[in-house]
Amino acid sequence: MSQSYTVTAVTVVVLATVLVGGFGLRISRTTSDFYVASRSVGPGLNAAAISGEYLSAASFLGVAGLVLLHGPDMLWYPVGYTAGYLVLLVFVAAPLRRSGAYTLPDFAEGRLESRAVRRLVSVFVVGAGWLYLVPQLQGAGLTLRILTGAPDWFGGVLVALVVVVAVAAGGMRSITFVQAFQYWLKLTALLVPALFLLLAWQGDGRPRVDLGLTGAVADRADHPLYATYGLIVATFLGTMGLPHVVVRFYTSPNGRAARRTTVFVLALIGAFYLLPPVYGALGRLYVAELPHGANADAAVLLLPERAIGGLGGALLGALVAGGAFAAFLSTASGLTMAVAGVLTQDVLPSRGVRHFRLATPLAMAVPLGGSLLVSGMPVADSVGMAFAVSASSFCPLLVLGIWWRRLTPPGAIAGLLLGGGLAFAATVITVSGTVRSGWPHALLAWPAVWSVPVGFLAMILVSLATRGRIPPGTNAAMTRFHLPEALMPGARGGPGGAGGPTGTSGPTGSSGADSAGGTSGTGGVR
Amino acid sequence: MTGESRQPAPRREVVTGEPRRVRPLPRYRAQAEIEEQTALGDAYVRSLMRSQLRAGLSAFAVLALVAGTLPLAFAALRDTTAVWVVLGFAAYPLLTLLAWWYVRRAERNERDFARLVKGRPAP
Repeated sequence: MSQSYTVTAVTVVVLATVLVGGFGLRISRTTSDFYVASRSVGPGLNAAAISGEYLSAASFLGVAGLVLLHGPDMLWYPVGYTAGYLVLLVFVAAPLRRSGAYTLPDFAEGRLESRAVRRLVSVFVVGAGWLYLVPQLQGAGLTLRILTGAPDWFGGVLVALVVVVAVAAGGMRSITFVQAFQYWLKLTALLVPALFLLLAWQGDGRPRVDLGLTGAVADRADHPLYATYGLIVATFLGTMGLPHVVVRFYTSPNGRAARRTTVFVLALIGAFYLLPPVYGALGRLYVAELPHGANADAAVLLLPERAIGGLGGALLGALVAGGAFAAFLSTASGLTMAVAGVLTQDVLPSRGVRHFRLATPLAMAVPLGGSLLVSGMPVADSVGMAFAVSASSFCPLLVLGIWWRRLTPPGAIAGLLLGGGLAFAATVITVSGTVRSGWPHALLAWPAVWSVPVGFLAMILVSLATRGRIPPGTNAAMTRFHLPEALMPGARGGPGGAGGPTGTSGPTGSSGADSAGGTSGTGGVR
Repeated sequence: MTGESRQPAPRREVVTGEPRRVRPLPRYRAQAEIEEQTALGDAYVRSLMRSQLRAGLSAFAVLALVAGTLPLAFAALRDTTAVWVVLGFAAYPLLTLLAWWYVRRAERNERDFARLVKGRPAP
């Protein structure tokens, strides 16, 4: 039966994840390895790891499901996920790496020298991370229910357990290997069945695929054009603030490598996104009788068996299921890593690897509870809301923090609260289902169009009104963000003073550049 | 400087040479200006930021222009095949090319800046 193949495939993926993680653990020796893989991951490996982490349940299942149901306009989702990396590259990638911080709260404190901003950013990071974790766990539950008939909660609990063990045990170094491995696994798991599906389609005499909009489309949104723009703004600007994406940049050795890595990432995720539309289009042909609603996410999983059938279909279906599990595991581990990092630094009392390991189950417990309570939303849509919150809060903070010298702590707080807070409130209202139609629903379901400008404006206007509060270290921070590493005064010639005669430092001491580099690394790797 | 164990009492000495440093001195004058955050050093950093921001804004403007007009164009054309071709295939190589162009320009900006800084060696 096909169920046993699926169970085997999922088991293999889970075991491989744990084993590759264990391999990483063996070479993960220092605290620095644990948190940021010693900042020494080369562009190739790091790009595969970033892509593996980024391609979530929404990409693997959600995109094809939405295209199947609502037509080609839904292809803006994968385009937006990819273009978000381009915006991240041109405004944020290299300066963020050079800031030397490890998490968004580190960045906020290093740039604005304010504990209050740090605490607020921590709250948003944990919130956005949890918002993004819920659909991953729900996707896992859906996959196992469709393919094996397991109860809905089982898949989510399984993913949560594996992630907690892998993250708490191995940290960043081993996760890097796991995620690089999972990118290639996901690509294979969609590519190989897609080739067979196209062959089967050819064999059936190339029946005409209905590429246009069918009857089911109308109820997606009352104002489809506005919804499309809302989607574009949220995904283009929201990617840079996603907690698991930001942490990854600190594993590059320097700003230049961070930039080059991002170009690799764009190529890798672009290659992956060529595949889901194939499933969406063929799904219209072969899985047309799929029940509408949340189960559209199952189209990718069901397609091989429906279109090919027999043993081949069952095996290919199992391969797809394995790839889907890789998607849940990799994104969930990245998010858990980021959320647990923030919890360790800003919530739990003491610092260190041991407390990080304690924070990991905590980081996973809340979204697991949420995934069991809330249900019935397509994964791509709920992920879209995390993007909207991120675009309205972290995007203004990062862009203005990196490029604008007049940003003040009160301005940052106002922007975070107004932009991010309003986007979050809109999300809550939409999920609660109190507003269901017309312009109010469209404005609340796709809030980024108005909440991003609100966030930027609040940050700029309040900063201009509080000119006296510009942090004294602003110029030093700007220098650190933008100067190439080779020209940084403190950075040449390796670690200062390690081999030199330590007792003889000259009168014009070395404190200046070193302390400038140290302010931002408060919670990082020391 | 730590006195050797054979010598019984360390003598007080006047050091007349250059003090030895933990880190080497900035090699170029501009680098020192930047490190000490003088007005000139600040101007150097601002010029680098301006050129990098211009590169980023150029790439972003291309992206925003295309992404901003495409939905309107699709709505006007009502041709779903075009949507499939553009969003399903053509978008990804174009995004990667734009990223590659930006990285080349940003690295060229940094090389030019390094040349500017190294142009006048410290005396």
